[in-house]
This record gives sequence, C-alpha cells and structure tokens, in this order.
Amino acid sequence: MTHEKSTSGSDPIVRMDKVNKHFGSLHVLKDIDLSVSPGEVVVIIGASGSGKSTLIRCINGLEEFQQGYLEVDGSPLVPHGKATQALQKIRTEVGMVFQQFNLFPHLSVMDNVTLAPMKVRGWSRDDATETAERLLERVGISDQAAKHPEQLSGGQQQRVALARALAMEPRLMLFDEPTSALDPEMIGEVLDAMRELAREGMTMLIVTHEMGFAREVADRVIFIHKGEITEEGPPEEVFDSPQNERTQSFLSRVLKH
Amino acid sequence: MDVTFQFDWQAAFASIPFLLEGIPYTLLISFGGLAIGFFIGILFGLLRISRLPWLKIPAVAYIEIFRGTPVLVQVLFIFYGLPQLLGSPINALVAGIAAIAVNSGAYISEIVRGGVQSIERGQREAGLSLGLSRRQTFRYIIWPQAFRRMIPSLGNQGIISIKDTSLFSVIGVGELVRQGQVYIATTFNALEVYLMVALLYLAITLTLSLVLRQLERRGLVGQ
Repeated sequence: MTHEKSTSGSDPIVRMDKVNKHFGSLHVLKDIDLSVSPGEVVVIIGASGSGKSTLIRCINGLEEFQQGYLEVDGSPLVPHGKATQALQKIRTEVGMVFQQFNLFPHLSVMDNVTLAPMKVRGWSRDDATETAERLLERVGISDQAAKHPEQLSGGQQQRVALARALAMEPRLMLFDEPTSALDPEMIGEVLDAMRELAREGMTMLIVTHEMGFAREVADRVIFIHKGEITEEGPPEEVFDSPQNERTQSFLSRVLKH
Repeated sequence: MDVTFQFDWQAAFASIPFLLEGIPYTLLISFGGLAIGFFIGILFGLLRISRLPWLKIPAVAYIEIFRGTPVLVQVLFIFYGLPQLLGSPINALVAGIAAIAVNSGAYISEIVRGGVQSIERGQREAGLSLGLSRRQTFRYIIWPQAFRRMIPSLGNQGIISIKDTSLFSVIGVGELVRQGQVYIATTFNALEVYLMVALLYLAITLTLSLVLRQLERRGLVGQ
C-alpha cells in the first residue's frame, strides 16, 4: 500500500490562501496564508483563544471555513465544506493527535491502532497488526497492546494516539496541543516521540505551548494573534528577535518562567 | 363482622396453575413489544439527533405524543379505535404488542438520544480524522460506547413495560392480571390471588434485574 506521490518535492502539502472563519459574529481566522512543504516542521504559537487550534482543525475539515482557499496534498477543500470526497481523501492522508488523546475506550490498544487501516485502507488484520506492533514498539508501548486505554498513563495514551494516527501512513501530521493535558513528568516522553518523528522527515504542523521544544524542532514558527498571523520565521528569529510587539509581549510572558 | 380473617394459603397455591397460563402472554406482549420498541427507539432516537428539520420534527412529534399519553389510552385506541378506521377487528394480542412497541419506542428513543449524545465529541473527531466515514465512525466508535451506557436505562424501561402489560387485561388478553380476575370471579379469593399475581410479576422483573446486574458485573455495561 504505497501511496502515490502526487506532489513532487517542492509542492506544498498544505496551502492556505486568505482563509477566513467566523463563529457567529466572531472573526476567528483572518486572511490566513500558509504553506507547508513536505518534511517541514511548523510550530504554531499564540495565546489561548487566538485561533491556532481552529487553524489546524480547518486543515482536516473538523472546522469549516467561510472564505478563502485551502488545499491539502493536491485536494482542494471548499468554503462551507461538507463531507465531500476530497475531504474524505484528505483525512486518510492527514493524521491528528489531540490534546485529550481521544483514544477509543471500548477497544484495546491494538484495536485502536488497527481499526482505521482495516476499515479505511482495507488492510487485512494480519497486515494491520504487523504495522501496529511496529509502531507501538517505536513509541515504546509494545508490551501494552492488549490493555485498554484507561489502564495506561496519560503519556502512554498519547503515544498510542500517535501510533494510531501513524498507522494510516499519513503524509502530514497535525498536533493540537498534544502535551497540554499531561502531567509534567509525562510531557517529555511524548515530545521525544514527536522529536523522533520529525527527525525521520515527517511533515508536521504543531500547536503547542512547549517553547523549548518549538525552538529545537521547528523549521518555522508562526505566531498567531486574534486570528491573524502576525509573525513568522525560523525559531531563532521569532524567539530571539521578534519584530511584532504582540509577539514580544507574548514571548516575554511565556518564556519568563 | 368477621375480624379474624384467615389468609387461605391453599387457595393461593391453588390459583397458581391457572395464573401461570397468563405468563406466556405477559412475556410475549412485553418482550415482543420491547423488541419492536427497541428498533423504533434506535430509528427515532437517531432521527431526533439529526440537524435536518424534516427528519427531526417527525421524531420529536412521535416521542412527545407517545410519551405524553397513557399506555392504557394507547391500547384502547388501537384495539377499539383503529378497527373503526380499518373496518376489521384487531387481535387483542397484536394490539397489546403494538401498544408496548409504540410506547416503549418513544422512551427508548430518548434513551438512545441520551446515550449517543453522551459520547464525547472528541471520539467522533478522532474517528473522522482517521479517515473513517461518518457512518463508520458511528458504527465502530460511537454506537458501541453509547449502547453500553444505555443498558441500565433499557433495563429500567423493560421493567416498566412488563408492568404496563397488566393494564391490557381491559382488552381481554389472557395475561397475568386477566387470569387473576377470571379466577377471582369464581372463587372470590381476591387477597390471595392478587398477592400471587404480584409475586409472579416480581419473579419476572427480578429475573430481568439479575440478568442485567450480571452483565454489569462482567464489565459489559457502563463507561
């Protein structure tokens, strides 16, 4: 099951062109332009409520947007998008890790990981299990495959969630504050798994408050303020000499401690 | 006045064989009605959740009408009223099953709705984000979890519907209460016979409770 490389090396995997989103009278995303190249790791930072989660949730259609153009891996998503075929295709190529893990509590760890490859990609149970074993091994949970999610720690659950998303062999991974619901001592193990994924060349779009991690792993950092991208650049530039005063005040608040 | 009334155990026991003849009808009406009611409940419970008004409004109307009127009136309407419309009589057993079906169906619709809506939004999002269709997400992720949460309420509704069948003595189905009434008409042992009738209902409902508790203990229910 190798997927066709529909995009050559330099074509972006994600292209957003003047994307706008409203929640009633609230203008959540304002003219978002964003392009992510294959293999790139982009970290999105900003205060809570700034729209950073909404932005990445638009990419796999968990949120609709009202104006603009959004293309993922060559498939266009239209404004007011409903569950179109393009959206379905995008979701099979884009993995997501959520703040609350969202593992399926009624399924074992193994079944959590094999469900989508079997039902969506049509893999046999043997193939799906083999892939799942390899991925669980990679995130360090191979001995817990028969357990149910509730028997695992938060850090372990999030690593299973990562394995579950990777089992679909995505071309792009979205991370929506993957460590925000974790106890401090478990943040490291999840970040390590993500770090390794980045090293292997996965294209990643990460919303996080872990600034140290962002500085280390990101190729590019994007700062969002009130639904607008107000600063964008390599981590050294954004963190060490931010140009925008919003970015400056945000960073001075989060980097102080 | 005879103040030293003696509870006649012999008369009580003597009535049992005759009362037992009513049990198959009670069970048939209860479980037949509930089985149909379960399918009605799934269908209307899911329609009730729909965002499309032309699906949602009929479901709301059905639920409100059959939850808001007495099951006794419903069975009288079906047994005496509908034949005038149809021009042919309806079998009392069929009328009883139909009444339990539409009545429990309305309650079960709400149980289904509550169960499905109790599943965290993130579960659906996780399913969709993995590329599962909405249908697959419902079938493999939402429904199995919702159903486990629904079981205690479904058991409760089962017990209520079993007891509701006692009202159907009025249309002459030979269920438990009807059998009791017929028996008392010849022996006048109301105290003894109704106590036996009550105990037989209790035997049925306690059995159901035990089965449900067993399911719960095996971890098949809840969470």
